[in-house]
Order: sequence, then structure tokens, then C-alpha cells
Amino acid sequence: MKRYQALTRREMLKLGGVAAGALTLGSLIPGRAQAKTLNTIALPPDWANYGEIMATFTRKYGITINNASPNASSAEELQALRSLKGQSRAPDVVDVGPSFAIQGKQEGLFAPYKVRTWDSIPANMKDPEGYWYGDYFGVISFGVNTSVVKKVPKTWADLKDPMYKGQVALNGSPLTAGAAFAGVWSAALANGGSLDDITPGIEFFAQLKKMGNYIPVDATPATVQTGQTPIVVDWDYLNLGYSKEFEGKLEWKVVVPSDGVYGSYYCQAISASAPNPASARQWMEFLYSDEGQLLFLKGYAHPVRFNDLVRRKVIPAELLAKLPPSEPYAKVRFATQNQLKKAQETLKAQWAAKVG
Amino acid sequence: MDGLNRLLFSGPLLLFVGAFLLLPSLQIGASALSDGHGGLTLRYIEALGQPQYRTAFQNSVLLSGTTALLGGLLGTLLAFLASGRRGWLAEAVTAFSGVAANFAGVPLAFAFIATLGTTGLLTQFLKQALGLDLYGSGFSLFSYWGLVVVYLYFQIPLMFLVMTPAVAGLRREWREAAEGLGATPFQYWTRVVLPLILPPALAGTILLFGNAFSAYATPYALTSGALPLIPLQIGSALQGNVAADPQQGAALALGMVALMLVSLGLYFALERRNSRWRQR
Repeated sequence: MKRYQALTRREMLKLGGVAAGALTLGSLIPGRAQAKTLNTIALPPDWANYGEIMATFTRKYGITINNASPNASSAEELQALRSLKGQSRAPDVVDVGPSFAIQGKQEGLFAPYKVRTWDSIPANMKDPEGYWYGDYFGVISFGVNTSVVKKVPKTWADLKDPMYKGQVALNGSPLTAGAAFAGVWSAALANGGSLDDITPGIEFFAQLKKMGNYIPVDATPATVQTGQTPIVVDWDYLNLGYSKEFEGKLEWKVVVPSDGVYGSYYCQAISASAPNPASARQWMEFLYSDEGQLLFLKGYAHPVRFNDLVRRKVIPAELLAKLPPSEPYAKVRFATQNQLKKAQETLKAQWAAKVG
Repeated sequence: MDGLNRLLFSGPLLLFVGAFLLLPSLQIGASALSDGHGGLTLRYIEALGQPQYRTAFQNSVLLSGTTALLGGLLGTLLAFLASGRRGWLAEAVTAFSGVAANFAGVPLAFAFIATLGTTGLLTQFLKQALGLDLYGSGFSLFSYWGLVVVYLYFQIPLMFLVMTPAVAGLRREWREAAEGLGATPFQYWTRVVLPLILPPALAGTILLFGNAFSAYATPYALTSGALPLIPLQIGSALQGNVAADPQQGAALALGMVALMLVSLGLYFALERRNSRWRQR
């Protein structure tokens, strides 16, 4: 105590410089993070298995995670980066939708960093300069109650079979629910449409409705259990999540329609003003390692390097057995922000008129 | 003193109406006319003429009108049937109505799915026991007429509750007086009962109309917007992940407010004509 009091201002500065140098040095060596905390935001513990991912990370590297507002939205995450800039409680990393990732890069909110597994991240799910990259994705799937449905449909074309009369349901209105909207788009891909043209999907559902196969009930676990909605079009991770809920009550199978693999993904990025940059990089390395990616998969969120994991056969057989066949996932397609806007306008103008 | 008293008693009500009815309505109007950047625009009001919104308005008015008229008629009839009768049946009907009139939202939709859905209990029973295939004969719970059935489930009891006091207010002496003066039953019903019953019946029907007009969760759960209705369109414009467009939602809401004003105006006009006899 006494010694420090005797230090001159100049010496003090020097000492500070050394300390800062030591910190920088420490942060340059991966796996040897000096800082022992990581600030995350908007990671719900029951979403994409984040609970287990965070616990494993802390156990492995001794880095405590401060996870702020677990249920915040992408917009709120970016706002936190802007308004908490320079504070020690500012988020180090964020998990946002692609449009917000692009916006964050434009605003200079992110710092580029390429993880060691960078090359195995598909090009359509990453920023070429490494400012952000997809972490996990979901695709549109059919959840099928096989206690009611004897022959499991494998494609959108299958759903036109009269034996599925009154059995196909969406998770809400495509004008309101993102999953239902994606379902229509997936059907479009299967029927001559494209990421620039959702109309064939609308026409497909109009046709299904006319045949009586599509029933406009808002599918919920309850409607599945009564048998009212034996075929539910929804994100694969949600349909897979239901498996547990239905256990012992009904047989539930999830398939990805191979003729229209439509997906959406989330992106991970490091804050440009991260208070714990070393921990942030450690977090990224962990998430994109095989171990981290498999943990996402355990929560039924397909990790961004899923196809690489399949190719290298590193997915445990018991985990693979719980998932739908992996082949269709190689064909997954994602829409850009402009394509999304255009499809939304088209749907808004046509859905009610054609399907209603 | 009198003015002060009046203010004291009406003040809270006015404040309440102002805060929860007038202000929000004004804000909806402002939002519908705003272009989002501080300027004015008629774009959103004009967009109400687009086919998807026109159909939605048509469907909403038609559905609310049908269920208000049917519900109004049947509810009033029920009130007459139950009036003057004491005993467990009348009491049961009243108790049931109190529950059913407030049964709404997703639970109501689900109750009907479990009963009248394609795999519903009643549907299965009719099919197996009586050979009556509801869905094969064109009925669907997830269509316009399906919604009519579901809406009537809360509309009839609501009308019953509204009309019961009015019907109970018809005194036996009036009938005796009418008969004593030589009125036929037909004359008694058309010239005594009808003028007395019509104003509350009209008011009740308007209430039912508004009730059906604003229903959201039930039709959403049953039709997912495949049958376009205004509240569903507003829902997707305001809180949707897909078609979010708050100003358009406000414009649609403004359209709803306008329609409700028209129906209220209609009610007041009818009521005034009807109440002339009382002033004589």
C-alpha cells in the first residue's frame, strides 16, 4: 500500500502500460484468457441447448458467463451494443438474425474474427470478412402423427394424395407466424418457385385447401394430441422438440420434405467494443468446434457445420437416430433480406385471395 | 353545487372514457395518417380498398351480422321461454349462459375442435352411431359456417343475459289490461310487447355485432387467417413476424371504428323512431 503511494505520476503511467501490455499479450494467446468473464445477451437456456452450452463452456475454461436478458430480440441486442459501449457490462458476443448481422457490420458494431473451423462454414451462412457467421439453422419439416397417418409423406408432392384429407396444418397464419410463412415458401421451392418467387407455394396451398387436405387450424401440441392435425408443417427443431412431449401418447415422426428444403439461421458475432475480447474469441472457438456444434444439435438446432459433421461421421449414432434423415439438409436454401421483403409483399396481397 | 355534483360523479367516467377510448382512437387515427417520418399520407387509407382488405371487411361484417341476428333472435326467444318459469331448468340455463357468454379465445376454439373437429367426439359419434358424416356432407368447423356455429355458442347466451331483465320487466298486469280492453294476443304482442322489447333487443344485437366483430383468438385458432377477417388482418399487421405494417394496422382499425360508429348511429336512429310512442 505504502509503496504505491510513493509512486510518481510518470511511474504510475509506466506501470499501467506494462499491465495493459500484459493483458494484450494474454488475449493474443487463445485458450489462455486472462479475463475470466464473458458477457452474453439474449441466450435463452432452453433454446438451441444454450443452457448446456454455457455450462460446458464455463466448466471447461473457467470463464463465468453473465447472460443478460435471455429473451431479448435481435434488435435489442444491437441496441445493447450501441448504448453500453465502453462499459464493463457491455455484451462481448451476440446471437442475431441475418438481417441484424448485416446491419451490425454496417454500423461498425462487430469485430472480425475467423474461427479455426472457418473453412467448413458454408459460404452462404457467413460474412466473407468474418464479421459474423451463422451458428445454427432450422429447416421446414413435417411433424407426422404416425398413430393416425399410416404412410409418412416424404415430399410436398406427397401431400396432394387424397389419403391426407383434412390432415395437413400450418403453425398459424403465414401472414403472422414466421414458421407458417416459411412453410409456404418451402412448398414454393417444391413447386417450381424460387427464393424470388413464393407464388407457387400460395397456389399449392390453395390447391391443398380445395382438395380438403389443408385445414386452416392453428396447429398446437393440443391439436396434435386430439388427432385434429396429424401432419404439422413447422421448423424442424420445434417439431423435434415435441417428440418428448408426445412420448407415450402417440407416435411422432419428423421428416424434411426433400423437394423443398427452406431454412433460416442465426448468426454469432463479436462486439467491436467487447470488454472481454479474449473470452469472446474463446467462446467462438468453442461454439464452432465439433463439441460446441454437437451441443447445438443436441438441442435440435442444426449447427452451421452440420453437413461437415455428417461427412466426417462425428455425430454419435444415438443422437443421429433422434433426427430426421440428414440428406435433405445438404440442399438447404436461405433467402436474403430483399427476397424476404418481396415474398412478404406477395403473400400479403395473395394469401387471403387465393387460399381464403 | 349542482354542477359540482355532476362533475364529481361524471368526472371519473369521462376520464376513463377519455383515457381508454378517445385517446387510443385518436392515436389510431393519427397513426393511420402518418407516413412514419412525421408527414401525412392517405396511402394506408387508400390501401383499404385493396381486394384482400375489402374481402376481410365483407367477411367480418357478414359473419358478425349473421351471428348477431341469429344470436339476437334465439337469445331473445330463450329469454321468453325461460321467463316466468321457476325451477332448476331456468336456473341452469341462466347459470350456463353466464359461463358460456364469457367463454372465448383459444380454449373455446379448442373445445370445438375436440367436439366438432374432423376427429371430434360429436363428429365421430354422429358418424358411427347415426351414419351421418358431417365433413363428408360439406360441413367444416374451419370455414365460415363453422365460425358461425362457434360464435353462436357465446352470442346466444350473451343475448339471453341481456334480454332476461327486459323480459322480466313485462308485467302481467299489462297483458291483463290489454286483454281486458279487448286486444287479441297478436295485438298484445305487436303493440305492447314489441315496442317494449325492441329497444333492448336492438341494443343487444348491436352489442353482439361488436362482440363478434372484434373476436380474434378464436377465429385465428380455427382458420389461421384462411378466412380473412379484419381483426386477423390487424393482428398480422401489428404483431406479425411476416407482414408487420403498423400504420396499415391502424388504418384497418380506423375502418373498424368507422363501421362501429355506423352501426351505433343506426341503432340511435331506430331507437329514436321507436321511442316516439313513449313521448306521446
